[in-house]
Amino acid sequence: MKGNEVVGEAAARAGCNMFCGYPITPSSETLEYVSARFPELGRQFVQAESELAAINMVFGAAAAGFRVMTASSGPGFDLKQEGISYIASCDLPCVIVDVCRYGSGLGAISPGQNDYLQATKGGGHGDYKVLVYAPNSVQEIADLMVLANDKADEYRMPVLILSDGALGQMMEPVTLPEFGPDDQVKNKPWALRGRGPDGERNQITTALYVDPDFANKLRKKYAEIEAKETRAESYLTDDAEVVLVSYGISSRIAKEAVNRAREKGIKLGLFRPISLWPFPKKELGEATANAKAVLSVEMSSLGQMVEDVALHLKGRLPIYLELSDMNVPQVANILKKVDGILNGSEQEVY
Amino acid sequence: MSEVTVYAEKCKGCRYCAGVCNQDAISFSEKSNAAGYQFAQVDPEKCIQCGLCYTVCPDCVFEIA
Amino acid sequence: MAVTRVKPKLIGENNQYCSGCGHGILNRLVAEVLEELGRADDAILVTAVGCACMMNELWQGDNMQAAHGRAPASATAIKRLRPENIVFTYQGDGDLSSIGIAEILHATARNEKFTTIFANNGVFGMTGGQMAPTTLVGQKTTTTHFGRDPQFTGMPVKIVELLATLKPAYLARGSVDSIKNINTTKKYIRNAFEAQIDSEGFSLVEVLLPCPTNWHLTPEQALERVGSTVEAYYPLGEVVKRGE
Repeated sequence: MKGNEVVGEAAARAGCNMFCGYPITPSSETLEYVSARFPELGRQFVQAESELAAINMVFGAAAAGFRVMTASSGPGFDLKQEGISYIASCDLPCVIVDVCRYGSGLGAISPGQNDYLQATKGGGHGDYKVLVYAPNSVQEIADLMVLANDKADEYRMPVLILSDGALGQMMEPVTLPEFGPDDQVKNKPWALRGRGPDGERNQITTALYVDPDFANKLRKKYAEIEAKETRAESYLTDDAEVVLVSYGISSRIAKEAVNRAREKGIKLGLFRPISLWPFPKKELGEATANAKAVLSVEMSSLGQMVEDVALHLKGRLPIYLELSDMNVPQVANILKKVDGILNGSEQEVY
Repeated sequence: MSEVTVYAEKCKGCRYCAGVCNQDAISFSEKSNAAGYQFAQVDPEKCIQCGLCYTVCPDCVFEIA
Repeated sequence: MAVTRVKPKLIGENNQYCSGCGHGILNRLVAEVLEELGRADDAILVTAVGCACMMNELWQGDNMQAAHGRAPASATAIKRLRPENIVFTYQGDGDLSSIGIAEILHATARNEKFTTIFANNGVFGMTGGQMAPTTLVGQKTTTTHFGRDPQFTGMPVKIVELLATLKPAYLARGSVDSIKNINTTKKYIRNAFEAQIDSEGFSLVEVLLPCPTNWHLTPEQALERVGSTVEAYYPLGEVVKRGE
């Protein structure tokens, strides 16, 4: 199945009750898929008049206690940020998929990895975080969609899947999750359902209006997530002299580069963050314990994740950057850069 | 026999009630309530419990029961 | 004739509105209708941003605070997921007719089966009395110091007439400047909720309210202005009747 279609099918199987979205390339296949699939399953689908309306429909559905999601890309993801800030401020769960495309402004419809900072540092106003997962295969999209729905409910917060135009359009075999229950709403006593005959109302509003201790709770909640919810993969890092750091589609090319390098006797390894927030800083430290240098491989023009890599390595190792702009990285270019690092001809960025 | 109750502490002194009262039964206090407004007072001799003051009041000052 | 009139239970003890603010009357009318229909327990309110959002604290039923202008989008989702509930938005004219005009237009176009109560007092109230799309020509506000000039700001937007082209289930405009108009407005609100109960489609009641604070008038003068001036531009009545 196609990555974007798996987003919709896996969400349905994870018990998602509603999808609200707006067409945008390269994420539209999710909208198209769920427009037929969700009604077939008795779930709700709305094609909204705008990205603003779509995310605010998500806000309403989440307030009513139902599992809900939207998907978008680049400029559309921008427009959702205010809504995401609202949803986070009200401690509501939802799942958002950003099928990242390259460039700022209108940009291009080709794949990109340049929404990293917006995704992980809070794209909207105020103090909030969203859990961010970065799959690197169609199978992992399916697996992380289920996890995202569960974690959103567990922590009552928005969870973001950061996909990209390549993963979204890619077709791969996939083992879909089993259908789970779609009645999580019954476990949400805080949800809007009418106050009922007992006369106790529920109110959904920015937490600071109803909870004088909200700021302490917010810090505690995010600290707990940072401690418990990191996910990462390390590949041949134990003896690696140079460790590639790469996520999403780029990490698959990076892995191939590691294999090719190993054939030539070059000690190359790969560290792949799966959770981008919280960033797996402890795991990064372990994966680079014996390394001499780190190379961040990203499909963008300026490098974004590299800032987190630098932040968490705290100057312990020189950090280099391999950028592939609007195309997926090339194995040959990665290996050339590794050669340069090892022979001292490459300039570090941190 | 119903009677009108005035919750003077809720009154903001807009005087909409006096404008609709056909019986000229509503006057306003010289003293202010806690919120700082001169509040509505109903003359029980004149009041016929018609409910117009309740209808126009933005602040649920009047109750007729 | 002596009557019984008691504050609806959906309305809390103290509102935060200014003296003479029309929201207090309109909030109560909505509560009265829902209680008379026996639907207080299952009603879900979605409020706007602006003075209208002060209804949140006052309202003793389930409610949520939507983003500025987006209440119709949030209400769309709630009503679709909870069709058995009464769902309604309560929005002011800055929220609904300015930043949120796309959301209200498309909720009407889709004929979503919820109700909107549209409080029109012709200004952005909470932010300090700036011009709204509904501000009358010549009206002084903090952004039209010499009065609204249609050469630069166009004509005031008539929401009910605009939405009527989309053929929703029910549209009406009422006012609160007289006992007669308050009672008629309450009937409109009842019609709107009955249209929702019967799954007829989208229903909206616009209600002309006084804003003494930002009109720089006494409450009595402001209420008089609604009847003499505002209603002259915004005609009262049912624009789309049920079953039309």
